[in-house]
Amino acid sequence: MKKFINQVDDLLAESLSGFASAHHDLVSLHLDPNYLVRAQKAQNKVALISGGGSGHEPLHTGFVGYGMLDAACPGHVFTSPTPDQMLAAAEAAESGKGVLFIVKNYAGDIMNFEMAAEMLPFEHATVIISDDVAVENSTYTTGRRGVAGTVIVEKCVGSLAETGADLAACKALGDRVNGRTASMGVALTSCTVPAAGRPTFDIEHHELEMGVGIHGEPGRRREKMRSADEIVADLVGAILEDLQPAAGSDVLLMVNGFTGTPLMELYVLYNSAAKLLEQRGLNIIRSLVGDYTTSLEMAGASITVCLLDDEIRRHWDSPVHTAALRWGR
Amino acid sequence: MYLFEQEAESISMNTDFILLATRAVNQAILANESEIESLDREIGDGDHFINIKRGCATIVAMHDELAGLAPDAALQKIGMKLLSTIGGASGPLIGSFFMAMAKAVKEQGAETLPQIASSFAAGVEAIKHRGKADVGEKTMLDVLIPVSHTFSRLAAEGFERAELFEVLKREAEQGMLSTRDMVATKGRAAFLGARAIGHIDPGARTSQVIISTICDLAAAK
Repeated sequence: MKKFINQVDDLLAESLSGFASAHHDLVSLHLDPNYLVRAQKAQNKVALISGGGSGHEPLHTGFVGYGMLDAACPGHVFTSPTPDQMLAAAEAAESGKGVLFIVKNYAGDIMNFEMAAEMLPFEHATVIISDDVAVENSTYTTGRRGVAGTVIVEKCVGSLAETGADLAACKALGDRVNGRTASMGVALTSCTVPAAGRPTFDIEHHELEMGVGIHGEPGRRREKMRSADEIVADLVGAILEDLQPAAGSDVLLMVNGFTGTPLMELYVLYNSAAKLLEQRGLNIIRSLVGDYTTSLEMAGASITVCLLDDEIRRHWDSPVHTAALRWGR
Repeated sequence: MYLFEQEAESISMNTDFILLATRAVNQAILANESEIESLDREIGDGDHFINIKRGCATIVAMHDELAGLAPDAALQKIGMKLLSTIGGASGPLIGSFFMAMAKAVKEQGAETLPQIASSFAAGVEAIKHRGKADVGEKTMLDVLIPVSHTFSRLAAEGFERAELFEVLKREAEQGMLSTRDMVATKGRAAFLGARAIGHIDPGARTSQVIISTICDLAAAK
């Protein structure tokens, strides 16, 4: 293992401190329990709070700020955060209109957020993200996993919450965007959890893991390395089979890197996926390409398609100012 | 009934007993380190022992602040602390156990065996509810559920105490061994499918070690 580390046990706190210091205009950090909130607390809006294991940066810390999250709770690497973090974050971010938790569908995350919700002294609701079409029952969950589509849900619900919409409306939009979003990923290499010190899974030089999860957990199958077009055809095929979009639909196409794959290759994937979507008669009216939901140093990428309508498109387009996503202000 | 009433006078799950039990459990867990670790390497993801060890050490370190508390308050505090230190899926499961047990003790007391059995059952029920799991899924519940049922039944029948805890130890061992031939449908062993057959579930083994340790203490008390 060759990583930039002082002491493994200090890695998370040092990384969070660095992030908070680099983006002090946007966020403030609280340690023990660990959470990040907006530097300027928003008033009179639903407080959007997300969280999950660390190692997927910029998810979720990089999406705290105007137009997206009010707070994020980072757990240890690939380990769910705990309810005390969520309660403290809610206490700091709540501004009179309740709390909406945005949770990726993993057993640990679900249980910890569930317990926090039960203890919360505020009105609350939870949106569960389950956009990964790779496996119905994965290693860590019962049901589909939540992956890169989380970014789209956080962006759209964040925009709606900024208008002063109530908790029920924010929850409804979150569920609706989740239901219209599908993703699937592929890994070319493994990743190494710092505390474990060795790669999470073994993968040969000539192999890929089709349908990989964002912790390197198994996907659909192990197969021989193939061309970018062939890989994308499988990913897009599975996504469209799930979404069943009507010809003429407007879509957002996202190509998300897991960290180890250069942007140059991500655009190769985008080019290939865009052609396939256009062949199906879909209009790609919005796009996002880059590292947004990562898996430590893993090489690989995921493709996400979100079926847009006027409301979702409007919320996608609205101004946002976070460390990882910024436009319109 | 004579035996039950006699026992009812002498057994009580007070805070001293809870602290004694946590110290003994901590030692028993450490004594079984290599075996639990190797079970987890085979079908888990290798962090079970680290998490349990961290949980035990945290509670032992809290003894001074727990010592003056009523039993239900001590259990509640232990549950909250485990919930915030273990993390992942184990934290909520084990935390829920202690918090549900605390609630039952607060409502019914813990001065008789049936009351203690009932609070234990409330804790086990909380794990089932939180984890949405049951017997036969190759988890700690394969130990906890049969032990809880037998505990409630024998306590209600007024079984002699030392004998009762011997029966519970055997029940725990059988439950632990029963996971060997199961396919996992919950937890991280689930993706191994048939490959997990032939391996004892590390969570079941840990639960059995804990129950066995506490039964020895309770029988000797």
